[in-house]
Amino acid sequence: MQNPKCGDGDWFAAGMAAAQPRGTQTLEVSGLTVALPTEKGEIRPVSDVSLRVAPGEIVGIVGESGCGKSMTARAVMGLIPAPGRIIAGSVRLAGREIAGLSEREKRAIRGSEISMIFQEPMSSLNPVMKVGWQVAEALRLHSDCTREEARTRTLAAFREVEIPEPEARLRQYPHQLSGGLRQRVMIAMAMICRPKLLIADEPTTALDVTVEAQILRLLERLREGGTSILLISHNLGVIARVCDRVYVMYAGRILEEAETTVLFDQPLHPYSRGLLRASLSLREGVEPLETIPGGVPNLLRLPAGCGFGPRCACRRSECDAAMPELRVVEAGHRVRCFH
Amino acid sequence: MKQLILRRLGQALIVLAGVALMIFVMLRIVPGNPIETMMGEHADRATVARMTAEMGLDRPLPEQFIQYLGNILRGDFGTSYALGRPVTELMAGAFGNTLILALFAALFSWGLGLLAGIVSAVWKNRAPDRIFMGFSLLGISLPVFLAAMALQYLFAFQLKWFPVSGTGSWKSFVLPAVALGWNSAGQVAQITRTSLAETLGEDFIETARAKGRGTAGVVLIHALRCAMLPVMTVMIIQFSSLLSGAVITETVFSMNGLGRLMVQAISGRDLPLLQATALFATAVAVLGSLAADILCALLDPRIRREA
Repeated sequence: MQNPKCGDGDWFAAGMAAAQPRGTQTLEVSGLTVALPTEKGEIRPVSDVSLRVAPGEIVGIVGESGCGKSMTARAVMGLIPAPGRIIAGSVRLAGREIAGLSEREKRAIRGSEISMIFQEPMSSLNPVMKVGWQVAEALRLHSDCTREEARTRTLAAFREVEIPEPEARLRQYPHQLSGGLRQRVMIAMAMICRPKLLIADEPTTALDVTVEAQILRLLERLREGGTSILLISHNLGVIARVCDRVYVMYAGRILEEAETTVLFDQPLHPYSRGLLRASLSLREGVEPLETIPGGVPNLLRLPAGCGFGPRCACRRSECDAAMPELRVVEAGHRVRCFH
Repeated sequence: MKQLILRRLGQALIVLAGVALMIFVMLRIVPGNPIETMMGEHADRATVARMTAEMGLDRPLPEQFIQYLGNILRGDFGTSYALGRPVTELMAGAFGNTLILALFAALFSWGLGLLAGIVSAVWKNRAPDRIFMGFSLLGISLPVFLAAMALQYLFAFQLKWFPVSGTGSWKSFVLPAVALGWNSAGQVAQITRTSLAETLGEDFIETARAKGRGTAGVVLIHALRCAMLPVMTVMIIQFSSLLSGAVITETVFSMNGLGRLMVQAISGRDLPLLQATALFATAVAVLGSLAADILCALLDPRIRREA
């Protein structure tokens, strides 16, 4: 296990990507399946999910609440809430398999090589501890630096994420900061060990629009420094603004994968088209906002065929018979649909 | 913080004054004449009247109250009717024993209760939780006198490790403290379990895990401090009630503590002693709640700001 000494460095300076061999994905998930026993039977909140994030890439996962996007992120972190567990598939971080590691080994990776920020910056910070301590904690868990070095690095981290008056903020408690500042503190905490991969689970959902824009710009700057980012959101606007590629998830499965521009120009899956129409129709003017009829299916009673079938306008008899495979339409564009 | 303490101290004084009045009035409206009780059934009327006048009990109530308040402020709680010694002296002696007993009991109860609560919360609904919660339920529901007698039988009578009763060396405090602490340990365990389990479900716990904390660090460093707020309040309330005397335990183990002193005062209609013990119990409770407020503010910065 590498145990980085604490040095000072600019996260945004390019160079981290060069440390990895060319062609190796930062994150490569294949066939990932998570099982979660419930009182009424076992469900699969994540089912045969494969995705990859290249160095310096921002990749989005989009879908409705309950589609499995957050569970996918937690599976990558090794933080699936008990009694859930990974029953198949692999998770490779920079070429190294991490799904089967012991808890101790996973702990060494969490916060240093992969880190995560969450939706609610208020409740994601410990209310009774100073934010400076909480950020320094991440550093001190993964390196053997002194109190003084940790403080210096934390201060530098606060400056990197553009927190005004960083010295004063170090000594403040979460309730004394605004939502945007708290999310910046979370990002500073996540980035202080300079991880290869940052997972952002709905990082701007709880923030207002101007703050959202600032946080997204910050994520883009991190990416320019070589950090790979997996961005989870139900907000297509956020995805469109920063993501290079997008995975559309539904009922635990990936339905479509494409570059962001391709997905927005020519979505192939009826579900992707529905999502786009539901979020974009406002721009076109007067017609009412479109919605996708129906709701997210119960994972205990998934249809035998295509999971989206019951809500799909293009449904045919073959859709009910079997789950379509992800098929390649063109390079980098895959879709799970017969049509 | 300073402001908070000063304000709560002021409130405490008002409460104490109110309670002094209530104790005074209540002791005088209950039926029965303390002089008659003191002198026995066969005392002649003239003597009773003389004694009553001597002690000022024939004066109008408001005058008696002002006199009483004045004496309290001068630290004079009067002389016990029954025992003929100054009340402060009697109470100081009893308080020493009660304090040692309370400290022993609290140590036992907090140690065991916290440990059981933490283990139960971490392994919630699994075997360790079931076992500890079974014991804590037993602790809460088992009457103190039963636990006390069982302990006496086993450890004093059969094994002869500790004295059966009395107030002597530290050994004589062990069994009463365990009997007392057993009950409070159950309460501490249950509230720790509930509070800690709730805290462990908070978002910031996931953040702590995501930065690489293991279970021990997550529980002890991140969760426990937040979870301690309700637990500490309960612990302090328990301690202040222990400090004002444990009637049953002191009786079963024949210890000379505040609890027994108060019972003696009640049965002997010993007004000065009764007033003083009741006022003391109130003062301890009020100060206990003040201490709980201050400790909560120290633990949780959000409370500090509200105050």
